[in-house]
Parts: sequence; C-alpha cells; structure tokens
Amino acid sequence: MEASTRPEGIARGEEHDPTAALSIHDLTVAYDRRPVLWDVDLDVPAGCLSAIVGPNGAGKSTLIKACLDLLPRVSGDVRMFGLPWRQVRNRVAYVPQRETVDWDFPVSALDVVAMGTYGRLGWLRPVGKKQKRAAMEALERVDLVEYAHRQISQLSGGQQQRVFLARALVQDADLYLMDEPFASVDAATERAIVEVLQTLRAEGSTLVVVHHDLQTVAEYFEHVILLNMRVVASGPMDSTLTADNLRDTYGGRLTLLEKAATALGQLAQPK
Amino acid sequence: MTLEYDGWIMVIGVLAAACCAVPGSWLVVRGMGMMGDAISHAVLPGIAIGFLVSGSRSGGWMFVGAAVSGILAAVLTQLVHRWGRVERGAAMGLVFTAFFSLGLLLIVQTADSVDLDANCVLYGAIELAPLDTFALGGLEVPRIVVPLVIVLALNVLASAIFYKEILATSFDPELATAQGFAAKWVHYGLMVLTAATCVACFEAVGSIITVALLVAPAATALLLTRSMKWVIVWSIVLGAIAAVSGHLAAITVPGWIVGGGLDTSSAGMMAVAASVLFLSAAIVSPGRGVLARRWRARRDGQRIAIEDVLGLLFRLEERALSTDQDAVENMLRSDVRIGPKRLSGVLGRIRRGLLARVEEGKWALTEAGRSEARGLVRAHRLWETYLAGRANIPSSHLHSAAERLEHVSDPGIAKDLAAAVGDQDEDPHGRPIP
Repeated sequence: MEASTRPEGIARGEEHDPTAALSIHDLTVAYDRRPVLWDVDLDVPAGCLSAIVGPNGAGKSTLIKACLDLLPRVSGDVRMFGLPWRQVRNRVAYVPQRETVDWDFPVSALDVVAMGTYGRLGWLRPVGKKQKRAAMEALERVDLVEYAHRQISQLSGGQQQRVFLARALVQDADLYLMDEPFASVDAATERAIVEVLQTLRAEGSTLVVVHHDLQTVAEYFEHVILLNMRVVASGPMDSTLTADNLRDTYGGRLTLLEKAATALGQLAQPK
Repeated sequence: MTLEYDGWIMVIGVLAAACCAVPGSWLVVRGMGMMGDAISHAVLPGIAIGFLVSGSRSGGWMFVGAAVSGILAAVLTQLVHRWGRVERGAAMGLVFTAFFSLGLLLIVQTADSVDLDANCVLYGAIELAPLDTFALGGLEVPRIVVPLVIVLALNVLASAIFYKEILATSFDPELATAQGFAAKWVHYGLMVLTAATCVACFEAVGSIITVALLVAPAATALLLTRSMKWVIVWSIVLGAIAAVSGHLAAITVPGWIVGGGLDTSSAGMMAVAASVLFLSAAIVSPGRGVLARRWRARRDGQRIAIEDVLGLLFRLEERALSTDQDAVENMLRSDVRIGPKRLSGVLGRIRRGLLARVEEGKWALTEAGRSEARGLVRAHRLWETYLAGRANIPSSHLHSAAERLEHVSDPGIAKDLAAAVGDQDEDPHGRPIP
C-alpha cells in the first residue's frame, strides 16, 4: 500500500498538490443526509490514465459529479491543476453515462458532438462553421463520419457511446472525467475507445475513467482509485491493485459503515 | 356571420397555436408535456390577482401575475417532490390543482365586481374576441391580437437567441451545467415563457385548450422530423392548420349533423383538429407511422419468402434432385414462413422478377435467380461454419440460426464472414460453400 492510505489519527496535509491534475481533499457527499462518500482524499498526477474501480453503489459516479459541482458537497475541496473548478471549466471534459440522456431526442450525431464546443463558445454565440468542422474531426477520430447526420436513435449502443466520446474530444480538454465509457459496448468498440484514450494520454491529457471490469483494468490503465464509499487505496496500478486492497474494496467490511450511514440519514435533527 | 368575422377568428386561432407551438416543442422534447398542463392551470391565481390589481384585461399586470404564479408552481412542485418525497407527477398534480382551484375561487368571489368569469378562463371566448376591436391604420383589429403577437415574437426570439442553450440543457442538463449553462435557470426561463403563453392564449382559447395546442402539434411534429429546428417549424405549421381547419369544422360540421345553422365551440374544434392531425401522422408518417412500419414488415416478409424459395431451388439443383412443379410447391406449402396462403403470390413475384421459371413442369432458376440464390446459400453455409467454429453452437441448432442470419447478410457482412471463416470450403455438414 502506498502513500494515500493514512494511519488513523495522523493529521492530513491541508495543502493540495498543485501539480496534480485532480486533487480532492476531505470530500464528503450525502443524499438526503445519507453519506455516500466519506472523507475522500486523493491526487491524480497529471498525464496519467486513471481508473475508478469499486462495487455498485460505491459512489463512483457521485465522485465525478461532486467534482463538477453537479451535486452539493457536505464538505471538501476539489482542485484541478491547482485551481478551483470554475476557473478550469473549459479545460475539463465530462462524459456522463450513456443512459442519462434521451436518445430519441431530435438531434443528429453531429449536433451532439457540436455540443462539446458550447462551453468555449459561452452564452449567446451560435455554433458556426469552425465548431461544425471541429465536431466533424472528432467524429472522424471515433470513426463515425458516415453517421454524422443520422438521428441519434438510429445508432447502436456502441456508436452512441462513441458519439459521447467525440463530444468530449471536441472540447480539447486537459482533464477528461468519464463515467463508464465501456458500459455495454462490443469488444471492437471497447478496443477503439481504449485506443482513443491512450492517444489522448500520449498527447499529455489526464483521464479519470469509471471502469467496471476488473479483468481489463490493469491492462488499460496505469493508475487506479479503489473506491467504496471512501478511498480504499489510490496510486500506481502495480502497487495499488493488490489482493488485499481488492478484498477491502469489494469485501463485506463496510456493512458497519453502511449501517451508520443509514442511521445518519434517518436522524431527525437538522444537519 | 361575415368573412371578416370568421377571418379574424382564424387569425386569432393561428396566432394562439403558433404561440403555443414554440414552448410546446421544447416541453415535449424535454419530456415535460405535463408541465405545460400544470403551468396552464397554475397561472390562474396570478391572472386573477393581476386582473384585480389593474382592473383590466389589457394591462401587463396579468402577465406579471401569471409569470409569478407559474414559476411559484414550478418551484413548489420541485419542493413537494424533494421534501414530501412524492413522485414528480403526483407532486405536479398536488400543486397545480391547488393553484387552479385557488384561482377559480378568486375569480368566482370577485365575479360581481369585475369582468372576468370562470367560463371565459376555462373555455376562452374566441367567438367574442373579434367584436372587441381597436383602430389600427383604418383597420379594425381585435384587441386580443396584440398580446398574442407580442408573446409569439417573444417566444420565437427567445428560442432563436437561446437556441443553443435550451438545446444543450434539454438534451444533457448535467453536461450543460458543467459547461456553465445552468440547466436550472434555463428551465425557469422556459417556465416563464410557458406562463406568458398561457396568459396570452387563455382569453382566446381557454386554459384547457391551451394545453392541447402546447402538446399536440409538437408531438405530431416529432413523428414527421428528426431535427429540433424542424420540430419547432412543423409545430407552428401544424398548429396553424389545426386552428384554421378547427374553426371551419366548427361552423360547418354541426350543420351537417344537426341541420340548421348551429355553431359549435371553435376552440374545442381546434383542439380536436390538433388531435386528428396527430392521429393521422401516427398512422401515415413515412418514418414512424403505423402504415410505414406495416409496409416495411410486409416488404421484408416478402423478400425473405422469395429468398427461401430461391434457396430451396438452388439446393435441389445442387443435389440434382427433382424440381418437379408439384413437388416443389408441396414442399413450400409446408414451409412455416411461406405457407399455402402466400405461396402463389410469392411464386408469381419470382416469375415476374425473372428469377426462376417453369419449363416443362419443372422449376428452373434463371441466371439472375441462380446468382442471388448462390449468395444466400453461401451466406447460410458461411454462418454455419462460423457459428460452429466460434460460437460453439451444437450442430443441430446451426441450421435455424443460419436461416435467420442469411437474410440480413449484405455483401459487406459476407466478406467479413469469409475472412473470419478462412479458407474452409465446406460447411459443418460437409456441403460445399459456393
């Protein structure tokens, strides 16, 4: 086990690592007072391909959403490249889970990818030729040019996932936060997505990816965050993805914590 | 009555429908059609209070009151949903009926002192609207046209200026929020537009029909196009068609049925026309209509039947078995996918398509038919080989699986299959792959 698993009772450093692409300090998130993430502390070094791994309900999506201010935090501080989120908005791209949107929506694949450029455009400025061209290039990188003008409901699941990836690519970000980009895609699509992720890393970007497949995590990623309501361990793949840590992440040790969380949610007193 | 009178009713109807179509399109693609319903009812207390404050129907107070109560209802729905732990639809039902009844109470209580009655609010008074006019450059224009034109312009402008923002927050509110377009504020902005639309329209068509004009044209447009911009354009066009045909139906249809010059409610007929348009689109829409789907299923069924016949003839010829007309037709009659009823139709098509013909009482494939049949049998045997080798499917199941797959194997798939299978030239049953 490496640096990030602290012995109990030892004060943690208050400083963020300014060189880290993503630095989370003391983050706690609760739904209706029921905590789903406790005291998360972690650093993802710049320029690495990092996986968030953990069982269902471990708070993987919650962690990403809380970093982006999409969920209220009980406590905690998140820095990206040493800066608060609002100042680095346009350097960060987010790929939500595929099921979070309505794929019957009357837009084409190109329209969806062009949405990635909206952040840089800001309010009121319309999508122009330049943005359309960038969207086309992103579609080319995921091999979907011929589907550009199809309505999104006419794409397969794997193609929809690649449309989401292209929408992130067009943001030309330094940090990519991706929620299960491999969910329900076929093997060929999975390989294509992995190649894109590795190209991005080679270009100097940092990627933090929620991943559900323990079989491939060590093959695709070099850094791992083991999460189950709190960070069990995080660090380089070899030293972190150990049998002990996996048992701690997936094992039954957390029933007490979960009971406590439920009890906290039921407390009648104000927060 | 007169051409001018009926003409104005249709103009007012078209304006109201166009006005509703714009926010209606957004509400429907956001899956919030019910919110239109809720808002149209929830604005009632705002309208009543605005009316009481200003004492007239023309002032801006009614719009302010309606926008405030519309937003209040939207916020309250959210709060009831979150704090009361009530499902969203039920929360909406709780809040908007409460607002609606409060509005009704206010109107009924003050009905003696002010000129605003519940019937007008609920059903509109489009038949009376052309009578209340003001002069505009020598033309007598109904007063009600003014708020309708203003709100229509507001809706169109807002949708054009904030198109990108509304689109992004509708499709993926979380990403849009992360990009700096707070989905919450766009949502409330849309609620304000919807509330203003409801006020402008309630006097013309009433708050109940307003709901139909918000939802029906947009739902119809979604059956006709797959692009958001065209959804909005089509909603406006369809709304206008519903308004005109609705009024024409209102002044003619009762005459046919009852006899005599009895008119029915124009606003009601407009809503009926909007529903008829939806129903027609659901049936005849080229992409998604029931007929188009039926037709595609029939066409595919026929193609598969023809392919089955060609495959059978090819296999018989391959093994030098008899293609005697009666024997072949007997075999096909027992084929589950063709059957005795469709047989003569299918064989007729094959003859007319010059794929096979009967010579001296025997079926024979033509060159074109043989080449198509060879492709099919090739796909079939490639699939059997592939499935046996890769998917570990027991050989007794291979045939039925390949039978389904061969009909969806275009040349591209066949090429990939051949590459995957390699240089085998026999299928698992020992027959040659043509």
